[in-house]
Amino acid sequence: MPEVSGGGCRPSRMRRFLRPGHDPVRERLKRDLFQFNKTVEHGFPHQPSALGYSPSLRILAIGTRSGAIKLYGAPGVEFMGLHRENNTVTQIHLLPGQCQLVTLLDDNSLHLWSLKIKGGASELQEDESFTLRGPPGAAPSATQITVVLPHSSCELLYLGTESGNVFVVQLPAFRVLEDRTISSDAVLQRLPEEARHRRVFEMVEALQEHPRDPNQILIGYSRGLVVIWDLQGSRVLYHFLSSQQLENICWQRDGLLLVSCHSDGSYCQWLVSSDAQQPEPLRSLVPYGPFPCKAITKILWLTSRQGLPFIIFQGGMPRASYGDRHCISVVHDSQQTAFDFTSRVIDFTVLTEADPTAAFDDPYVLVVLAEEELVVIDLQTAGWPPVQLPYLASLHCSAITCSHHVSNIPLKLWERIIAAGSRQNSHFSTMEWPIDGGTSLTPAPPQRDLLLTGHEDGTVRFWDASGVCLRLLYKLSTVHVFLTDTDPNENLNTQGEDEWPPLRKVGSFDPYSDDPRLGIQKIFLCKYSGYLAVAGTAGQVLVLELNDEAAEQTVEQVEADLLQDQEGYRWKGHERLTARSGPVHFEPGFQPFVLVQCQPPAVVTSLALHSEWRLVAFGTSHGFGLFDHQQQRQVFVKCTLHPSDQLALEGPLSRVKSLKKSLRQSFRRMRRSRVSSRKRLPAGTPGEVQEGSAKAERPGLQNMELAPVQRKIEARSAEDSFTGFVRTLYFADTYLRDSSRHCPSLWAGTNGGTIYAFSLRVPPAERRMDEPVRAEQAKEIQLMHRAPVVGILVLDGHSVPLPEPLEVAHDLSKSPDMQGSHQLLVVSEEQFKVFTLPKVSAKLKLKLTALEGSRVRRVSVAHFGSRRAEDGEHHLAVLTNLGDIQVVSLPHLKPQVRYSCIRREDVSGIASCVFTKYGQGFYLISPSEFERFSLSTKWLVEPRCLVDSAETKNRCPGNRAGPKKAPSRARISGTQSDGEEKLPGLGMERALLSDERVLKEIQSTLEGDRGSCGNWCSPRAAVECSLSNGGAE
Amino acid sequence: MNRSFHKSQTLRFYDCSAVEVKSKFGAEFRRFSLDRHKPGKFEDFYKLVVHTHHISNSDVTIGYADVHGDLLPINNDDNFCKAVSSANPLLRVFIQKREEAERGSLGAGSLCRRRRALGALRDEGPRRRAHLDIGLPRDFRPVSSIIDVDLVPETHRRVRLHRHGCEKPLGFYIRDGASVRVTPHGLEKVPGIFISRMVPGGLAESTGLLAVNDEVLEVNGIEVAGKTLDQVTDMMIANSHNLIVTVKPANQRNNVVRGGRALGSSGPPSDSIAGLGGPPTPRILQNFHPDEAESDEDNDVVIEGMLEPARSPQTPGAPAGSLSRVNGAGLAQRLQRDLALDGSLQRLLSSLRADPRHSLALPPGGVEEHGPAVTL
Repeated sequence: MPEVSGGGCRPSRMRRFLRPGHDPVRERLKRDLFQFNKTVEHGFPHQPSALGYSPSLRILAIGTRSGAIKLYGAPGVEFMGLHRENNTVTQIHLLPGQCQLVTLLDDNSLHLWSLKIKGGASELQEDESFTLRGPPGAAPSATQITVVLPHSSCELLYLGTESGNVFVVQLPAFRVLEDRTISSDAVLQRLPEEARHRRVFEMVEALQEHPRDPNQILIGYSRGLVVIWDLQGSRVLYHFLSSQQLENICWQRDGLLLVSCHSDGSYCQWLVSSDAQQPEPLRSLVPYGPFPCKAITKILWLTSRQGLPFIIFQGGMPRASYGDRHCISVVHDSQQTAFDFTSRVIDFTVLTEADPTAAFDDPYVLVVLAEEELVVIDLQTAGWPPVQLPYLASLHCSAITCSHHVSNIPLKLWERIIAAGSRQNSHFSTMEWPIDGGTSLTPAPPQRDLLLTGHEDGTVRFWDASGVCLRLLYKLSTVHVFLTDTDPNENLNTQGEDEWPPLRKVGSFDPYSDDPRLGIQKIFLCKYSGYLAVAGTAGQVLVLELNDEAAEQTVEQVEADLLQDQEGYRWKGHERLTARSGPVHFEPGFQPFVLVQCQPPAVVTSLALHSEWRLVAFGTSHGFGLFDHQQQRQVFVKCTLHPSDQLALEGPLSRVKSLKKSLRQSFRRMRRSRVSSRKRLPAGTPGEVQEGSAKAERPGLQNMELAPVQRKIEARSAEDSFTGFVRTLYFADTYLRDSSRHCPSLWAGTNGGTIYAFSLRVPPAERRMDEPVRAEQAKEIQLMHRAPVVGILVLDGHSVPLPEPLEVAHDLSKSPDMQGSHQLLVVSEEQFKVFTLPKVSAKLKLKLTALEGSRVRRVSVAHFGSRRAEDGEHHLAVLTNLGDIQVVSLPHLKPQVRYSCIRREDVSGIASCVFTKYGQGFYLISPSEFERFSLSTKWLVEPRCLVDSAETKNRCPGNRAGPKKAPSRARISGTQSDGEEKLPGLGMERALLSDERVLKEIQSTLEGDRGSCGNWCSPRAAVECSLSNGGAE
Repeated sequence: MNRSFHKSQTLRFYDCSAVEVKSKFGAEFRRFSLDRHKPGKFEDFYKLVVHTHHISNSDVTIGYADVHGDLLPINNDDNFCKAVSSANPLLRVFIQKREEAERGSLGAGSLCRRRRALGALRDEGPRRRAHLDIGLPRDFRPVSSIIDVDLVPETHRRVRLHRHGCEKPLGFYIRDGASVRVTPHGLEKVPGIFISRMVPGGLAESTGLLAVNDEVLEVNGIEVAGKTLDQVTDMMIANSHNLIVTVKPANQRNNVVRGGRALGSSGPPSDSIAGLGGPPTPRILQNFHPDEAESDEDNDVVIEGMLEPARSPQTPGAPAGSLSRVNGAGLAQRLQRDLALDGSLQRLLSSLRADPRHSLALPPGGVEEHGPAVTL
């Protein structure tokens, strides 16, 4: 970076008079380098509340309790919109054949959104909003909307209300057509006498348009009356009376049969015929009787070419024994399965024949939105296997405990990880991703990035974080290394054939950890060697190696006593995990070969791996150690504990408390889900109830705010708690002892502002197994301000951060400059400070906290490239406790830019933040979602996509995705379109990164005769990819 | 740095329990020794001194030269113990006749000469006030001061707390609160930060310059308006080594009145309304030299693991007048304690350098003491 200095003036003097941000050249360069964008949200939307699907666009819409709507099509096609009012989205309706959708919020407002094309890409925007108002003096329930029916003309919306009236509004302006209102009185008058006196009208539960005749709509009232209304003649064509409360209704495709479902867990079929009115249903059935059952809240009756229909319904389980299950049952022919979800079902939809004129529904995919995940089930393949999701993955299947990002993965490692992962996915359907609307215009990602998440249940998930879709590649479980309470043979899925109801667990969301000690706390992956180190809650450090074959091996165990010979201390925290003795079978993938167990078994707080020296360093609140995993020998341990630090010694006493807390939380969760699973409350109560509870909460909050919060002002002292807590570990080849000779070194920084430096002697490669690695302490630095050390870094002679191990060996980095003098950068929570090496004398510093009152939470070196210049600059990306993101220049420590990113109250968001090496980052915005952001102008991953209703309409009928490869499905135009798509598909393969092809080859060889595995790129998307690439050729 | 002084030091007794004492009265010297760990009582020491000098009949005052060359008194058990324990390695004792000492002129004059004789002195002119007779004891250490009186509005007070050389905790708490400001629209309540509690015996309380309900306006020259309680807390802790807070005292009766001017005459108009608010104080901190603050804080301790032995933990010869030196020694002692559990105390002690700036191994060009900018 150019240092601006006046002629003849010493820079150090000049610096005092130069105000930052006054150099126009630098300012322009800053604009070239830095730019802050929140680009995409990965994962599953938090607290989903509504589901919508457009068969014509093949776009899925999800609404959330915070008022967000998210649209998903083909991988890479994503849109997000947020209602100004942060109210729950209760319903989403995509207008048939249009790029428009209508949402209903729980404040009874309707919103019209549309996908508009701007600058070649579609954008989601809100056009209109509307609240239905009754005449003055009417009860609010009169206009409380319960059902929305978009008419096939796309001009009218029919709104069923709690009062029983059906209002009609005209789109897009939401103009109320009062003369067309179907009032309950009007319906009553036109009913035959016997029906009229038997029932009082209640709220409208169902509204359906006749599948063939747009002039007929069906109105279902909650007390059990169903009428078919002639819109032109304003008369009742048919009416049906059931003895039970109505929940929902489905109209068969030909319009000749109605299926209604009821609150007692029954469903009824009614024939629609002009013959004499039938007082009784054709057939009435309680599928899980005879004992009392819960309500069936939604039912779909879908005809198929094979003859027998698919009956798919939600709920209806026997109240006493299975009333707590969240089930969706699919009945077809003699098959019946009750898909059992681990979280509450919000809604479901079935993908069927999109052409309204087709004779049959031919359902092929069941899409279920549960509270914590999306499950897609292939209804075409025998056994109804689930379909693997290319996006919307539930990141929190088990709670995320840490994350680690590795940029620019070498192709070889990438392929091996994918190969290992594809073997884990054999239970998924081979169907291609059926929701494939829209076109992604995003260019192929320039490099392969991995995001690794550690979870509470002891697993590490490897995500493809290269592009817009965060896709699970591989899942590593460390559980097999340890003896756990649960017997691995105990399989919940093994149920007898004659089990009733025929429950089948689906989905991956499983928030209950068998043993919290298994939780992963730190991950370190070397992308060149394939060595992986993971460390957990109970002081376990595992070193793993990637192996393409399954293996049966014994994990070497070594104990690292971090307290050494100190006496009089007793660890009162959790026990260590018991490792299995003897050989353990490991799947292909990352296989552990050594286990270092810290004693006391406190949570591992820092981890570093040097794959070239074959060393792994780990630290806890008691000290740190260095382990030689080549020779499987401990090199040294160092206790960092302060004698007065009782808290660290005794361990988390809160263990019992935390168990209690987790129990309490799970009860609370259960209670909450029970509350929210209650359907609509009668007559206007939901609003009131919520207001009431909000009122009840608000004074409490106010009281909390008014409570005298005070903060003690005291300098940190050595006697503070957890001063020995090791925050950071760093390997460097630098001038630690004298300026003539560099040597390997290990640096450790503690919570108390102490830095320890050890010089290492690593034997040369040829004698690596013969001679021991030696270490001796060379330096100890106590920062005067005693703030926790969060980062240590060595800059080479050109003030460039030292490269990662093996980076130079793989020709991916220039070798560091070992001529000039090295510098040590220490980042504490309060200051950035550069020291000279080998004599540690302070050279430069930036006092962040003293000036701004913010503290460093995360710091990472990032390479910032400009769109114009070839080579960029290395700077520090910093996240503070206020949620701000700053860039601090290297080596001059000048603040460059600052953006507010995360709310300062969002502690878990700030704690979860992880930076990439190229100026991007991720943080959790909810337990299940990562927000991706970018500080760089050059590296930006964001969705850019096109959805066009005209195009989709034209191509829809003959080109139905989904079951294309499913052999059981007979298709009329199948062969033709397959032929069309094959060629461009090949073209795409050539055009895309070659690893895609390799991946496919690997997969096909692995799959063997099972046929090719699911490829995320649907053929249609492939066409577009090749087209866009073709333009460049 | 006076290297010759360091070289003249004898280090051989460092680990022994005996302390060599060199006592001077007039032109006469006496040498004896004391037990470092059990020095005994001041009375006994006094008797011993007058006995060895054969001046039992006259009333004398006893002083000693501390590590920085300051002449400090020995007149009770506490400072006697301190003198013995901090002797490094030699305890230099100076005896004066009481009447001479109380005349003052000798005190200041001889002290200066004495210090020069001890060497390692830089000119500390501004601190010396030859004609101001404060009297004994002379080991005053500034713990607080009101600064920038001429810049800060009279309703405000800028207080500097020196934590160096003081083992006392800062000892105060802050809280959120509402402050009344005068605005064009009338009185308006805005959020503010207030001192909520004083720790009894703490530094803040002992200065008497800060009080409960004083509103905090600035921390080390940076306004706190718009910052959260936690931010202000972090700022204060980060500056705790040299904390300068500008407050609006809750009690406005003790404000400093500027020379020749009536109270409130110089303040902005709004200040006259019983000190309600007023515009923020000027940003300039006249007495706040960044260099000084930085040098105060820069004493990161570096311990070289494998250096040659025999370097004492307390390195004398530092210039007088700066208080951070004492802290350097204190820190070294604390460090000694901290490292005691290591088992290799001796090795560490021998390799300990209290402060890179004051040690012999000062990196060339690393620190400039008197330059306009310390390049740290």
